Amino acid sequence: MESKKPNRRGFLKDGAALAGLAAGARSASGQTVADLRAKGTSKELIAYGERSRFVTSVRKPTAGRDSPDAFGLAFHVLSPLQDSVGIITPSSLHYVATHRGSFIPDIDPREHRLMIHGMVDRPLIFTVEELKRLPYVSRIHFLECIGNRARPEHKTVQESHGLTSCAEWTGVPLSLLLKEAGVQSGASWIVAEGAEEIKGASSIPLAKALDDCLVCYGMNGEPVRPQQGFPLRLIVPGFEGIYQTKYLRRIKVVDQFYWTYNDYGHLRKDPKEAALGQQIGPKSVITFPSGEQKLSGPGFYQITGLAWSGGGAVRKVEISIDGGRTWKDAELRSPAYPMAHTRFALNWRWDGKECMLLSRCIDELGTAQPSRAEAAKYWNKPLTKDYNVPGADNTIQLWKVAADGSVTNGNA
Amino acid sequence: MAMRRAVPLVMILGVCHIGWAQSPTYGVGRTPTAEEIRAWDISIGPAGKELPPGRGTSKEGAQLFRSKGCAGCHGVNGSGGLAPILIGSKDTPTAPGPPPGKTVAMEMGIMPPGLMANNAPHAQVMWDYINRGMPIGKEGTLTANEVYSLTAFLLFKNNLIREDEVMDAQSLPKVKMPNREFAPPPEWKHGTPQLQGYP
Repeated sequence: MESKKPNRRGFLKDGAALAGLAAGARSASGQTVADLRAKGTSKELIAYGERSRFVTSVRKPTAGRDSPDAFGLAFHVLSPLQDSVGIITPSSLHYVATHRGSFIPDIDPREHRLMIHGMVDRPLIFTVEELKRLPYVSRIHFLECIGNRARPEHKTVQESHGLTSCAEWTGVPLSLLLKEAGVQSGASWIVAEGAEEIKGASSIPLAKALDDCLVCYGMNGEPVRPQQGFPLRLIVPGFEGIYQTKYLRRIKVVDQFYWTYNDYGHLRKDPKEAALGQQIGPKSVITFPSGEQKLSGPGFYQITGLAWSGGGAVRKVEISIDGGRTWKDAELRSPAYPMAHTRFALNWRWDGKECMLLSRCIDELGTAQPSRAEAAKYWNKPLTKDYNVPGADNTIQLWKVAADGSVTNGNA
Repeated sequence: MAMRRAVPLVMILGVCHIGWAQSPTYGVGRTPTAEEIRAWDISIGPAGKELPPGRGTSKEGAQLFRSKGCAGCHGVNGSGGLAPILIGSKDTPTAPGPPPGKTVAMEMGIMPPGLMANNAPHAQVMWDYINRGMPIGKEGTLTANEVYSLTAFLLFKNNLIREDEVMDAQSLPKVKMPNREFAPPPEWKHGTPQLQGYP
């Protein structure tokens, strides 16, 4: 009750002021119409809305590490998936992962340019305004950092899976821009480069660039946020987060993989492992009940969570409440867009007994999300709690519900 | 969504069979000058054809390693600092294994383990990394000569070139790097699992 006092006082004060306003008089608190109008232009009331002060869900740094780190460089901020509803992550809660960009470049969009060159007939430079003149599309896509991986020490779904988020992205299809430039025969890759201090760059297959990549200036109905690449971000749907080039300033069409700045991080000797560092496999996680949440007692609940795949749309999500012995089909409670978070749920009556909850995603290609045991077996490694799955980790997450309703990491 | 899928396939076939000699549809944007392209294009491919004019030697690089502040993070001898080890010793793992030098990226399994000089498949990878990313806080301030010199210093200290070898646009791509065995990046096709048969 203590926390309500300021609000109630504020209400009474404003009420008195409004009464005075109606009578054309000065209120008891001394506020005039001009005072109220000034207050009315304040950020939270009119200009840019704020959520309720009772809603406290926030991002947080990766467990056990500072963000930014000692060098002020690595910066991994986790999205609070345990509080998420639906499929859109609010831009303010979208995860951020960067190794060289906790210092966000302060880019004036009027000065920003995108150059397309290399193996093209007509190199082009665009201003952001010029890009906005071109036909655009809006699509809902998840992003996920390859650092999103199962660890036994993770306590919450924010810690275990918070490096994924989903937003509506608006921009010009890269295929349109490449067609304007005229890609020459023999081209097979593009290099996408950002405008930040290190000009971070990645090689992307030309086939992907021509398929569904977007040069985005919009995110969730407003300009792309600075932490997400303002004023332009290349969205490479379904690919690992590092390909989603922020502050996009240059696209060079080339005839081979370029081993550029970010590519070095994908250096692997095993082609199978290299393949798992590009397109994200089918994945899902239960967000309720999840780690450190608590069921108040036996009775009705909805088991709910998010599923996604870099290979296309989610076709099916299965849920097990008995540690994977039996499975039930979950309901998809949102549209299943390609390369997008998809909300699933299962109506459930908890009997008050200890149980192990898990979910499994099957995408439109028929590919199923593996268990950690299946992944370890594939790589011919013993399954330990610390086993680090090569490439992007899309393995199944377990949540253990104790008889008292408390939920802990079932992988621990 | 099915409609959306069909379009790119046609476009890919277009690339393969007829090329894109058509004229532009929208005519928005302008043509950059050759000088603009030259100034912006810092990509160095495996063939090294974009390497800029300039030269440097290990001796020059050794001085720059101190004067540019590299030693402050990477250690005076290229090891023992907070940043990744740059100069290997008999104790430095040369094969994949625990990373020398702890960075979050390496801990998270994002960066390949090992020493860059041992792992980079081409010497240009080191040149490009230094040119874009170093020194921290002053990225993009090194001249081409300085980048050639620092690259030469690290190559020499890791026994990949002689101390008196001059590194330039011609010699750098010819340096025989120990790691020529890297996985080819996967060929990407729409509607294909990331790795057939996994798990």
